[in-house]
Amino acid sequence: MAELPVKDPAPADDAEPRPGRVRKPVGWSLIVIGVLVAVSATLVYRRDGIAGVTEILTHDLGLFGGILPRVLAGCLLGAFVAEILPHEKVSRSLGPNSGLRGLLIGAAFGAILPGGPFTAYPVASALLTVGADFGATIAMVVSWTLIGYGRAIAWELPIMGTDFTLWRIVISLPVPVLAGALGRFVYVRMYPKDRPE
Amino acid sequence: MSAALLIDIILWGSVAAVGFLAWRRGPLVLKASLREGSMDFINIVPRIALGVIGSGYIAAVIPAEIITGWLGPNSGWLGVLTAVIAGAVTPGGPVVGFSIGAVALKAGGGPPQVTAYVIAWALFAFQRLLLWEIPFMPARFVWFRAAVSLPFPFLAAAIAMAIGRP
Repeated sequence: MAELPVKDPAPADDAEPRPGRVRKPVGWSLIVIGVLVAVSATLVYRRDGIAGVTEILTHDLGLFGGILPRVLAGCLLGAFVAEILPHEKVSRSLGPNSGLRGLLIGAAFGAILPGGPFTAYPVASALLTVGADFGATIAMVVSWTLIGYGRAIAWELPIMGTDFTLWRIVISLPVPVLAGALGRFVYVRMYPKDRPE
Repeated sequence: MSAALLIDIILWGSVAAVGFLAWRRGPLVLKASLREGSMDFINIVPRIALGVIGSGYIAAVIPAEIITGWLGPNSGWLGVLTAVIAGAVTPGGPVVGFSIGAVALKAGGGPPQVTAYVIAWALFAFQRLLLWEIPFMPARFVWFRAAVSLPFPFLAAAIAMAIGRP
């Protein structure tokens, strides 16, 4: 995977301008999705004719239009967060040596983060850029996906029902910190070079 | 007030709040991060267009019965394993994932198995990894996180079996 730039342990001072995040050109993941979509659309066409194809297209175009402003909000949120979070403080409270406290902070942050994937991933990426380690970032992403209220309120409660949703969340409570801890445990063994002094 | 509107308000409120903090650090900081955020947005829109507009087709050709088929209450750990695999391959957005979970529950699926399904889907649905996570984050992190997440749907199912809930 050549996409990842040279891993730099968060610089101690903020003197030099922050390098922009590396943007990826059209990659293989986009091609995989594109092929999947093309094959599926063809199957739908052969099964339901052009009406079936346009029906799905109209519905998904509506969905896309609704999501777009939120994607913009998420991108802006990620950019602002990367800009205002002080490197040094982040690497202390969310870095490799932040211990259980760092994992808890990451998990709490993920749980209160508003928005969907369009918010969570840019912000998580920003955290990595400014010095959080894999463990704390994993805790954050996993917490957002399992405990975050956004998806639970908007989708899970109405579709799955209150009882299932609440118990599912209760059962999930320990998972973000455990996943972060496991991530840290594996990371220092897989990439011993990155281990901080 | 609908939940979606409330979430939008919180979301844009947060954007305004951190934007204000950036502005207080100087108009240049605000301008630079606005430019950075907009570039991310422009860069990401084609992927999301393809994913969102295309996922309807992917979901339409994978019948839900295939996914809900083997999740019965007596399916035990094999059912949990099936649920985890099903969660990973479920295409589409939250509507598809949760709807399949709801159908599985109504069709007599075991709650621990359905819990494992929902959690596996939330943690590492393959399409979401490709569509959302890879474009925004370093690929190494994404695969690492997905691998580290693997045990947890099983753990959740074990807890669900132990406490007899949901």
